[in-house]
Amino acid sequence: MIGSGVTYRNRRRRALAVVAMAATAGLLLTACDSGGDDGDGGASTSGGTGDFKVWALQDAAMQPAWKGAVDRFNSSSTTGKGTLEVFANDPYKQKLRVALGSPQAPDVFFNWGGGNLKEYVDAGKVRDLTAMLEAKPDVKSAFIPSVLDGAKINGKYYGIPMRGMQPVFLYYNKKVLDKAGVTPPTTWDELLAAVDSLKAAKVTPIALAGSQAWTELMWAEYLLDRVGGPEVFAKIVAGDKSGWKDPAVVTAMEMIQTLVDKGAFGKDYASVGYDVGGASTILNQDRAGFHLMGSWEYVNQLGQNEKFVKDGNLGWIAFPSVANGKGDPSNVVGNPTNYYAVSATSKAGQTAEDFVASQMKDPEYIKALIEAGDVPAVTGVTEQLKATDNADHAMFVYDLALNSKHFALSWDQDLPAADAQKMLTALQKVFLKEMTPQEFADTLAQ
Amino acid sequence: MIPAIDPTPSPARRAVGDREEAVLQMSDHDRRPGAVWALPAFLFFAAFAVLPMVLVLVLSFTSWNGLGDPQPAGMENWQRLAKDDELVASLWRTLLVMVASWALQTPIALGIGVWAAGKQRNRAVLSALFFVPLLLSTPAIALMWRTFLDASFGLPNALRGVLGDNTNLLGNPDLAIWIAVFVMSWQWIPFHTLLYQGAARGVPVVLYEASVIDGAGRWRQFWSITLPQLRYTIVTSTILMLVGSVTTFDAILVLTEGGPGTATRILPLHMYFMGFTGYEMGYASAVAVLIVVLGTAMSLAAVRLSGFRAMQSQSEGL
Repeated sequence: MIGSGVTYRNRRRRALAVVAMAATAGLLLTACDSGGDDGDGGASTSGGTGDFKVWALQDAAMQPAWKGAVDRFNSSSTTGKGTLEVFANDPYKQKLRVALGSPQAPDVFFNWGGGNLKEYVDAGKVRDLTAMLEAKPDVKSAFIPSVLDGAKINGKYYGIPMRGMQPVFLYYNKKVLDKAGVTPPTTWDELLAAVDSLKAAKVTPIALAGSQAWTELMWAEYLLDRVGGPEVFAKIVAGDKSGWKDPAVVTAMEMIQTLVDKGAFGKDYASVGYDVGGASTILNQDRAGFHLMGSWEYVNQLGQNEKFVKDGNLGWIAFPSVANGKGDPSNVVGNPTNYYAVSATSKAGQTAEDFVASQMKDPEYIKALIEAGDVPAVTGVTEQLKATDNADHAMFVYDLALNSKHFALSWDQDLPAADAQKMLTALQKVFLKEMTPQEFADTLAQ
Repeated sequence: MIPAIDPTPSPARRAVGDREEAVLQMSDHDRRPGAVWALPAFLFFAAFAVLPMVLVLVLSFTSWNGLGDPQPAGMENWQRLAKDDELVASLWRTLLVMVASWALQTPIALGIGVWAAGKQRNRAVLSALFFVPLLLSTPAIALMWRTFLDASFGLPNALRGVLGDNTNLLGNPDLAIWIAVFVMSWQWIPFHTLLYQGAARGVPVVLYEASVIDGAGRWRQFWSITLPQLRYTIVTSTILMLVGSVTTFDAILVLTEGGPGTATRILPLHMYFMGFTGYEMGYASAVAVLIVVLGTAMSLAAVRLSGFRAMQSQSEGL
């Protein structure tokens, strides 16, 4: 029967259409990998000259400085000209990864150094800059050594610092602390006492953007460093997962849960964000006492509520020390800085290398960074920082970073992506008390 | 999967059969468009549905972090599926979202749809209002609700007097998934309402006229005429909801990012986090294949169980 035949075909087509519907949403996501041209393994040090592309993050405050560096280079370059392309933060990470595996790779790219950069180095995608730094000692000595080391992988340099240092420390609302009779804490016990006093004064003791795991991570990073020293995480990041079993990890997680149990973060922290009207707003509206955040918080507060900052209500202090802890109280965590790296497959590798070598230490560029509110990772800028509007904050950041025994890169940037993702998920569960400190250690040690 | 076809045509079918016999007498060329006509659609489908699906299937047997070449990994990713506690949990969450969305959306969409098909005063104005969510993009809707329900600056804060300490709606692991269901329903009810409205308009008026003569009230008309006549629309709408729930992604990503913790991490989000945050493309592909199989199985089951395949029109000849 032809009639039945038609129905049969229709039916099958309908089934296919259903498959298509089910497939589209799910598959387009995983399938948008661009085809795999592969690096040849070893990082090349040759590379030609020509025009090059520079990829960086979208950042209104930084744009003039970044653009200026490219323009200055272009005006004097005879070998090729650069173009700056910028992208929003989270999409950037995905886009960069896909691009570096393809022929469309940028020649110079913004990155965070550490394990994040190491993955690209291991895949043979990044140009080795060691020879250039040795040939040009003026470039190498321009940067603070501990910060330059953030892009040192397997004994070789793969990145040049290209913006300010971003240590994490404890911001506070002076008005709220005064009202509750609290002085800024220098030890863990003082912090716990401050939490009790602030609770009694009916404010949220500590603002926490807990819907985003990276804000919770700052607490974990500092507490583990204070309790067990930087060695504990150094062992983990070197690839030894049993490092998570260190008793200091469990202790640090217990301290986090102590804060949670005390109500230090209030009741709503799990839905508070950092990006939109979140933790920073809670702080500047006098609804919270403390906020542990990176040094970019200052610029953020200026943007959100200039009066609050100008009236001197925003205070800051180094993270408290922990009694009997192995970590030096001068240690800081955060982002040492961001780096420009040069792609190993770049056809204009030499020009791109000249660009990062000549422009990132250029006095004009450093001046532009400082004007934008950054604290550059270069030596000898104290006088310049003191002359700025935000001298107090800038000098605090500069000294904190300069005097630190150890400047640890954020774990989520330092661990391989898959491990970082697992760690962040587990950490959120610790903050929600869905996971015990011991379970946290056991899960990650697997 | 395809059931045998009943060889004896029903009386209603015979008329169709006769017509097709007439068609048979025409030349081959006239009878049926050539296969070439299907080519554009076929190529589109092959390039954007079949090919990616095959690639994902291949990827699921590899280990790939997005850099360099995928390395063969055998059954590793598939074995890991069974051991992944978070996967099992997200599977249950997906089922919960699916069932809850269906149970919430169907009665409301059906009710409004049938009402909107009528001739009441103000119906057109109100219907237009009801359809507004359909005009907004998903991220915009999710962002709006996220801001609206913000514990510190949103509605819950304004209602602190009533809610007391329970203002943390999106940050409460027990509550967040229900809010996600609510927000997605708010977005999709207008669409399903539109389906029901169209179908209800298509119900022949004579059926209602006849029932009035038989003394049926409005309630009886709804249960005995409207609802049975909307059978196929219910199936269509159900399949769209089921498949939609298995593949829904953007709304929850924007609303809660799968959180707090992993409380709203349904299957597609789990796949996303594995693939695009953890860069375990091989494993993420295995999860993707699971989603395809699940979505397909679910819609096929819905088609079979509902008798949708019979596709008999009850309004023939009217």
